[in-house]
Formats: sequence, C-alpha cells, structure tokens
Amino acid sequence: MQGIPDSYSDYIAWEQLPHLWCAGCGHGIILKGIILALGELDIPPHKALLATGIGCSGRAGDYIACHRFQGTHGRTLAFATGIAAAQPDLTIIAFMGDGDAGAIGGNHLIHAARRNINITAVISNNFNYGMTGGQFSPLTPENSITSTSRSGKSESIMDICSIAAEAGANYVAKTTVYHVRELHKFLKEAISTKGFSLVEVISPCPTYYGRYNKIGNSPEMLNWLKETALPLEKFQSLSHEEKQKFFWRGKLVQRSREDFLNKYKKQQSAMK
Amino acid sequence: MENKQYPFYIDPKLCKKCGLCIAFCPTKVYITGEDDLPKIEHPEKCISCKMCFYRCPDFAIRLKPEVA
Amino acid sequence: MKDMFIQGNEACALGAINAGARFFAGYPISPVNELSEFCSRELPKLGGIFIQMEDEIGGLAAVIGASLGGMKAFTATSGPGFSLMQENLGFAVMAEVPCVLISVQRYGLCTGVATKPGQQDIMQARWGTHGDHPIIALVPSTVQECFDLTVQAFNLSERFSSPVLVLTDAALAHLRERVIIKDEGELNIINRKTPSVSPEEYLPYSPDVNGIPTLAPYGGRHILRVTGLFHDERGFSTSNPEKCRKLLERLHSKILNHQKELPPPKYYGKDGAEIILISYGISARSAREAAERGIKKGINMGMINLQTVWPFPEEHIMNLCDQAEKIFVVELNMGQITGEVQKIFKGKAEVMPILRYDTNVITPSEILDKIESVVK
Ligand code: SF4
Ligand code: SF4
Ligand code: SF4
Repeated sequence: MQGIPDSYSDYIAWEQLPHLWCAGCGHGIILKGIILALGELDIPPHKALLATGIGCSGRAGDYIACHRFQGTHGRTLAFATGIAAAQPDLTIIAFMGDGDAGAIGGNHLIHAARRNINITAVISNNFNYGMTGGQFSPLTPENSITSTSRSGKSESIMDICSIAAEAGANYVAKTTVYHVRELHKFLKEAISTKGFSLVEVISPCPTYYGRYNKIGNSPEMLNWLKETALPLEKFQSLSHEEKQKFFWRGKLVQRSREDFLNKYKKQQSAMK
Repeated sequence: MENKQYPFYIDPKLCKKCGLCIAFCPTKVYITGEDDLPKIEHPEKCISCKMCFYRCPDFAIRLKPEVA
Repeated sequence: MKDMFIQGNEACALGAINAGARFFAGYPISPVNELSEFCSRELPKLGGIFIQMEDEIGGLAAVIGASLGGMKAFTATSGPGFSLMQENLGFAVMAEVPCVLISVQRYGLCTGVATKPGQQDIMQARWGTHGDHPIIALVPSTVQECFDLTVQAFNLSERFSSPVLVLTDAALAHLRERVIIKDEGELNIINRKTPSVSPEEYLPYSPDVNGIPTLAPYGGRHILRVTGLFHDERGFSTSNPEKCRKLLERLHSKILNHQKELPPPKYYGKDGAEIILISYGISARSAREAAERGIKKGINMGMINLQTVWPFPEEHIMNLCDQAEKIFVVELNMGQITGEVQKIFKGKAEVMPILRYDTNVITPSEILDKIESVVK
C-alpha cells in the first residue's frame, strides 16, 4: 500500500481553508486526488498549474499552492491551449464542472481533444450547476429533477467521455468519488499521458442534486454511486433500457497520438 | 506492519461533519461524537487503508500533528 | 531597416513580430485574413506559434494563456469576432494580462458588409465588455502607422500589464503604401518586469509605485495565481468591499495617471486655428487632405489626427483647440467620437459631425463642402 506523499501539504493553501464547498461536496475529494497524483508523480507545485472554470468547482484554485488560473466560464481549455504552447514543460490540469465543460465549454473541449493539446481535463460531474442553484446540465441524466426541470429533464444525457474519445483524446476514463482508488489511478495515468487526457468523475452535490432527486446526503449519494456505477464491460452488456439506470466507469481510451505542439514544431522545422 | 501515523487526526476547524469518514471506514473506527464531529472510537481497529483520508472533502483528516 | 511596399494588415503583423510577439491565435474572418496568414507563415520561422482556434472566444483565450506563459501574444479580428472577444477582453483587463488585439473594423452591425470599411466599433472598443474598466485603443491612419502603432501597442501592453487594442479598418487593411520597417534590434522595445523578490515573498498582484503588478510567467518558482474574479494581491478571489474598490481604482489609475505615455495626436495646419477638424483612422486621411485644401483657399484651419482614441486624449484636444470656434469631427459612423468631443467642449466651441455610414469612405471634397457650407 502506498503512503501519502511527503509533499502533500506543499500543494495546499492551508491558510485559505476551510473552503466554501458544502459539507460532503465531492469537489474536495477530486481536488485532493489531483494533489496526491501530482505528489506521487513528483511534479512540484511550481511545475503544475490548476486551471479552472466558473462555478463551485472553479473555486478550487483558491485552495492550492501551485500555479493557478481561473478563466471565464467554459473557456478553460482554450486558455490552457495558450499556456501549454508557451510552457510545454508545465503540467496543466484543467478542473471543470459538468456545465462548464459540457455546455458552454463543449466546443473548446472537442477541439482541445482533437488538437491533442497536452492537458489533463478533470471533470467534476455532479449533474448540475451548484453555484447558481442546481440547474440541469447536458451531463444530467434524463428525467432528473433539478431547479430548471422540476418535472424531470426532458433532454437526454451527454456522454462527454465518448465525445472526447471520438474527437481524438489520448486518454479517457470515468469513475466516481466513491471509487477513490480507481480515481487516483486514472488521474495518475491521465497526467502521465502526453497529449489530451480526460477523467470524468461523478461527484455528489448533496445540496441540490441529492436533495431534489431524494438520493440523500453525501454518504447516501456515495452509496448510490457505489451501486449505480458499473464497470464498463458490465455496463455495455446491459440492454438499452437497463443502461438508463446505471453509469459506467472504467478506461475508454489509452493511446499515443502525437500531441499538437510536437507535431506542429516538427512540421514547421521541416518547412524551414 | 503497524503504522503509528494511523488513524488520522481530525481537524475540527476544517471538518464540516459530512459523515463520509464514519460511513465508509471499513472497520468502523469512527463514531459520531460531540457536535456531530467524527470521533476516533476504536483506533486499534484501524487497518491504515486511508479511505477516510482520501474521501474527506475538507482536508480535515490529517496525519497526526506530532508525526506530520 | 527595410523599405517595403505592403498593406496595412501585413504592417500590423510585422509590427507585432518586430515588437517581439511570437504567439498568434485567432479565427478566420474578413477582412483580417492576410494578417493571420502572414503570421501562420512567419511566426514558425522565428520559433513562434500560430494556432487557428475554434472561434474568436478561444482565439483571445489562447492569446491570454500564452502571454501568462511568458510569450508576447496577439490576435486579430473584425466586428463579429470582436463581439465574441469582449468576454475575454474583460478578463485580460481584470487579470492585467499584456496582449494586443487588432480589430480591422468592417461595415457593421451584425455581420454587416464584410469587405467594406467602417469605424462603428469605436464605442464597442471602449465599452464592449461588461463592468467599469479602462482600455487603451490606438488608431493608425497610414500603413506606416499600422506598423508603428502596433509596436507601441505591445510596448504599452507590457508597460501597463494590460490588453491594448489597435483599431484599423477594411480600407486601411488592404491599402498598400511604402513603409519603413525597423527590425527588432532597431526598435525601442519594452518588456514586462520580472519579480525582484524571492518566490516566498512574491505576490503577483502587488502593484509597484506606478500601480502595475509583476506577473511572473507560469512554470517558474514564483507562483502565479490568476483569476477573473476580484482578487487580493496574492491572486486569491475576494469579495471584500475595500479590496474590490481599490483594485478597480488601481486598474484605472495605472493607465490614467500615465496618459502622457500614450501616442499623442498629430496636428496639421495652422497653430491657433479657428476651425479644427478632428479625425482618426482611414477618415483622417481625407480630413487632412481637406484641411490642406482649405488652408490653400485661405481658411484658418487645422486638423487633429488622433493616434489614441482610448483613453480619450481630452487634454491634447483642449490644448490644440485653444482658439477654435468651430470643430468638425470626421468619422465613418453615426457620431461615436463626435459625442466625446461634444462632451469636453460643452458649449465652449461648436462641435459638428461630418459622418458617412454607407460602406464608402468619406472624401476630402465632401468634408470641405460641409465646412464651407457652415463657414462660408
Ligand atoms: S452547491 Fe453542490 S456543487 Fe456547490 S459546493 Fe454545494 S454541494 Fe458542492
Ligand atoms: S485509515 Fe481506513 S481503517 Fe483507518 S480509520 Fe481511515 S478508513 Fe478506517
Ligand atoms: S469526511 Fe472529513 S469533513 Fe466529513 S466528517 Fe469526516 S473529517 Fe469531517
């Protein structure tokens, strides 16, 4: 069993805590996972950048001691594209919410994956916009109750992992905050992957999604994730109808397409 | 091998009493204590799995101050 | 130093590159394409990077990111793209990110007429993004000025840690003129400051005596924290009223206290003229010609060719219009700068617009006719 990296404390802005997230909110579990992965991979705070979007998860940068960037809503990956071009040796983690990455930032996500920019996108998917009061996002399951779908979400769910995989990401995986060991493994693999990688993490928002959908508080939501997130193969064997009741978790893609910057530099120097 | 760092120390200033550590400790080391704060009731049962540490969203579960 | 015969778009791109810019990100749009294409060819030769993004929002975002990574970076766009960039322009102002945005104005409102010139985005440049904010906007009227003012734009952006706009238009962008292009070594180039304190003491948003922060590039031991939220000197978000007010005031004062460093207007004609033409950009060319013809006809007049529109060069204009009785503002819109001039003269002199907004540029004869009809 691995220990906790000695550097763990160095990544945290302790003076900024307690954070503003509600009791049992999953964002903190994912942020801690990112920190542990950086520590285990021996990436010191000044060689790491946490880029976030807007919303509850967007505040993550207020609690860390590495480089921090918080852009405008949905644009995180576009900003990070420029940062990655200027600082190729920097480890860039783009930590975004489901609304941020899937709705307003959906276009940037597709193209960051397609360009294969050397970034690790971590999506904290809590099925709603927490900061603004629990409205549904594209990643919210169909029929869910949210503050803007009181009688159930009419739109279907968006599988952001499949989209990123289709677009060309080098690494795509999905898990939940209940499955923390898997989460840590995926985060480490994603960060170690050159090119675009994405880890989607289903995470509780007990304040809105848990309450509206009568799933309950944070421990109850984690139990729910334990029951409903099935390994990818098992999920794939389900009928279409059964699939609606479950989520999948696992690794969807792992490959080594050349990343944008390397390819660009090679082609350009061939031209000279 | 027994590791003296575990179980952890709970920082009452950071804990938001979400109950995740209590609910998911495999050996039930924690109970709900005063003011709903988790209380380490059975330190001897701790198997150092660190699940409580990993899942605490509030950075409230820390290595014991004297060790850290 | 090179003697070249090039168009406005190329002169802007050369100005940027010779000022040290090595990163361009943008999205194709008319009438800017020659500029972007030029960058896609020339930047890699210098070790630079050109990225064609998925839209203009991403274009400016990538530019901001590259600048925070330590590169001099810029983008170029036109009306509809400029609208999309307003979001991140506000971010660059707030986060104090040096970068340059060239907007080649086309005949506007919505998708407008894509190949025709206009000067209808002057107020958008000033107020397009939400919230109180300062902005620097330069307005070349010749191909030489396209080069010179783009160099200056970079210098000002590095000096003030702020985005700077260069506003040209569809006509100037495609106009070819002979220009003197100075190489990087021959230009007076300003680079952003680097931290003078240790990483432990470093506060990215702690201002120097001039009110300007020192943003160390990402990836160094000086930890850089950047957010578009109101923030403290460490770069952590804050809603503390005192801190918010102070930051907002500093964003303004760091530029307004140093307005003297911005390119002053050029003046043509007689000192102490009674009749003054004020113009900028492509319209200034006709206004200057009109003034020269008017002077030959014996009219006591002069012409102010603005180089900076924002912050509005009020003091310069007041001084140059010391003896003016009638002031004419010439522009290709419905009176955007006219309103600014009227505001500063408040009845002290008569301010009249000479406008055109039909996709064509204004001619010297039109201007002179209007003046003569009023002056007689
Ligand atoms: S509202 Fe939801 S997402 Fe936001 S902090 Fe609270 S639990 Fe987390
Ligand atoms: S380390 Fe494991 S066994 Fe020990 S208290 Fe935490 S969850 Fe329980
Ligand atoms: S998991 Fe952390 S925040 Fe939640 S009750 Fe336990 S110590 Fe407190």
